Amino acid sequence: MADDLAKPEELLENSGYKRPATGWMDTPIDIRPGMYCYASNPKSVEYVGLPNPRQWNPLEDDWKLPENWQEIVHKGIKERLEKFRSFKIFMDVCVRCGACADKCHFFIGTGDPKNMPVLRAELLRSVYRNDFTTAGKIFKSLAGARPLTLDVLKEWWYYFFQCTECRRCSVFCPYGIDTAEITIIGRELLNLLGLNIDWIATPVANCYRTGNHLGIQPHAFKDMLEFFVEDIEDITGINVEPSYNKKGADILFITPSGDVFADPGTYTCMGYMILFKYLKDKYGFDITWSTYASEGGNFGFFTSHETMKRLNSKMYAEAKRLGVKWILGGECGHMWRVINQYMETMNGPADFLEEPVSPITGTKFENAKSTKMVHIAEFVADLIKHDKLELDPSRNDNQIVTFHDSCNPARGMGMLEEPRYVIKNVCNNFYEMPANTIRENTFCCGSGAGLNAGENMELRMCGGMPRANAVKYVHEKHGVNMLACVCAIDRAVFPALMEYWVPEVDVTGMSELVANALIMPGEKDRDTDLRGEPLPGKEDE
Amino acid sequence: MNKNYMFSLIAVIVLFLIAYFGVETAGLHVLFGIVIPYLAALIFIVGFVYRVRDWAYSPVPFRIPSTCGQQASLPWIRQATYDNPSSNGGVIVRMILEVLFFRSLFRNMRFELKGGKKLSYIWEKWLWLFALAFHWAFLVVVIRHLRFFAEPVPFWVQFLEYLDGFVRVEFLSDVLQVGLPGVFMSGLVLLVAVIFLFLRRVFISQVNYISLASDYFPLFLIMGIAISGILMRYFIKVDIVGVKEFTMGLATFSPSIPEGVGVIFYVHLLFVSVLLVYFPFSKLMHLGGVFLSPTRNLANNSRAKRHINPWNYPVHVHTYEEYEDEFREKMIEAGLPVEKESN
Repeated sequence: MADDLAKPEELLENSGYKRPATGWMDTPIDIRPGMYCYASNPKSVEYVGLPNPRQWNPLEDDWKLPENWQEIVHKGIKERLEKFRSFKIFMDVCVRCGACADKCHFFIGTGDPKNMPVLRAELLRSVYRNDFTTAGKIFKSLAGARPLTLDVLKEWWYYFFQCTECRRCSVFCPYGIDTAEITIIGRELLNLLGLNIDWIATPVANCYRTGNHLGIQPHAFKDMLEFFVEDIEDITGINVEPSYNKKGADILFITPSGDVFADPGTYTCMGYMILFKYLKDKYGFDITWSTYASEGGNFGFFTSHETMKRLNSKMYAEAKRLGVKWILGGECGHMWRVINQYMETMNGPADFLEEPVSPITGTKFENAKSTKMVHIAEFVADLIKHDKLELDPSRNDNQIVTFHDSCNPARGMGMLEEPRYVIKNVCNNFYEMPANTIRENTFCCGSGAGLNAGENMELRMCGGMPRANAVKYVHEKHGVNMLACVCAIDRAVFPALMEYWVPEVDVTGMSELVANALIMPGEKDRDTDLRGEPLPGKEDE
Repeated sequence: MNKNYMFSLIAVIVLFLIAYFGVETAGLHVLFGIVIPYLAALIFIVGFVYRVRDWAYSPVPFRIPSTCGQQASLPWIRQATYDNPSSNGGVIVRMILEVLFFRSLFRNMRFELKGGKKLSYIWEKWLWLFALAFHWAFLVVVIRHLRFFAEPVPFWVQFLEYLDGFVRVEFLSDVLQVGLPGVFMSGLVLLVAVIFLFLRRVFISQVNYISLASDYFPLFLIMGIAISGILMRYFIKVDIVGVKEFTMGLATFSPSIPEGVGVIFYVHLLFVSVLLVYFPFSKLMHLGGVFLSPTRNLANNSRAKRHINPWNYPVHVHTYEEYEDEFREKMIEAGLPVEKESN
């Protein structure tokens, strides 16, 4: 963690709403280190053929924009107004009632009024009014209109990369205005000028080339899973060797590459492998991993609709090439928003796949019958309901668990009960965080939508504060020591957030808890969990 | 002093003066009584229809409802049918709750940092309550005014009037009831609610910071409409028979200027006319927009039924063949299956 990061107490003290002396249109932009992510690497921008690749630095005055940048943005807005009813309506109907204002984790954490969802949207809306509405053209700033200047553009860049597209504000808006939608379009416009952040641009380029954000090449991807195979064999005595790129497998499995790469996501990945081995031995379950479609996440979603589509295309393409029946998806947040709300629209119809049926329970996943992709939590919940897994939840007795609803599965899908059902069946100690901070009211980890870089740590700690505060509450009240989630970005960013705000709490994925509890046929007497920590009652051995 | 609301307040005062002197001094009864109202009605209707059509005809490329409850998935998991609808029926209920009862606004809460370190979320329904009161009162007032545009007055308008006047303010009746029925609640509620909505823009710092002149203007204008209406009804008597003749004239496209209708009536009429003209060009269009918001009026069923994007277009993708061409040797070496053994 960055050394110059303020102490948690200082950050809390500074979190209150700070009203600037000047109106928001007259308050100049101050791009502050710790709050922004580095500019995109030109090689990454170039690799995927996006506009204006060049070296640039947000702190410098000159952003090296194309000469006609205002015209590009104006045309960009016009085109998107014609293509998205959402954008047009959200530009027009906001009454600035302020119901959204304090629903944003970044506003709660930073107190910066431009982090109120309404004002974040007004940054763009003001230019829309100026360029496209009669009232704005006549009454100018009285109607909330202002021309697009370089300062305004910089403000867009700064604040659209201080939004995690979590949609919490949209739940409270009387017209359903969704800041995620506005940020998505805002970022699209910025990308027309080559103004991305590198934490997004480089994963996008990697994913395009190697199939995953981390740029893991096929042989290395296999190596990494082989490494887990060895670890799992040490712990359970079972060889869980998976199959790769296997033609004719029943099901293709896709999960975020973050789970392959870094702790504690790796334990979730081991969890998948153990589960699949169990199902294979017991029920002949036939699943394969792909190296080509080795990414569930989609940082293209944080770049533009088109980039999202380009990266997402690999899922269906690979399912078709391998000839599987349907696709099973791992634990990831925005991946599931893309799958649930975009994938088949963009890259379907998925008519080469079969309507998903669990080969073990015979359950038809009616809710996924067209897209043909099922979430691992839906799949496992069904297995447990039909008593198809032999479980020993006491193996998780050292964990006192709470569950974080990831923004996208909560507000872009509504998958609330499935993971809870699974976790409650594999853990004996489960406590919910306060109702205003879970389910559709859930607070973002503060680092989603591509903001999980290292250089913006202050922003991340501010944005994650409401979530961490609720974790702290159950930690103090119930002794919760494990924060479970179904999102790879959560698993990547929560350890730092917890270390900062609630150091006694660890982070896990649902599937890790499942694998710890799952009794595999022929396994040895396990002494440790997947992390090598002694199981309850085995501490002395 | 805030320039945004001062400007709006002055604008409404100027409108008042224009109507007042325009009629009292310049005698422009025809302009203020006939020309402007007709023009305003025309602009309102054409503008409103144009805006709604414009939205309605713009594509909805993706199915993006904000899901506010459990999805429909496994049969034994109870779905939040209205907050996360998977069918059109569910969407209709969701929209009714949204449009008639402001469901989303009802979720409102505010946070407080207790003891400097614990975030708490606190009951906060005042905005919901007053917003609801404001809109319903406005609707009732509008419907009541239909009595001026229909002869005989439809029974349902009379019934609504009966309900609206049902709660009598008896202790004022000696002063106020001069040959009139009881006090209409709707007008008073409207005025109180609009004042509340104004005061929160003034006193809640965050809301004040985001408020534009275009947020204050309609509030002042509606205040003006409500006050002038209340004045006419209870305090400054206008010739109600004359008014009805006049409005019936407008409604039947045979307008004429009645004698002896006080200037306050023209002020009221100009305020209403300005509101009608302002409507289609402003945020007041949320009246139409609320029905069309894609995060609310779509079912969350895009995994069960493919949603079509009318402008979906082919994009450049990195194909498996290109991928294998780049990594073939490494794949073969690692024992991964390949389509072709060599380039």
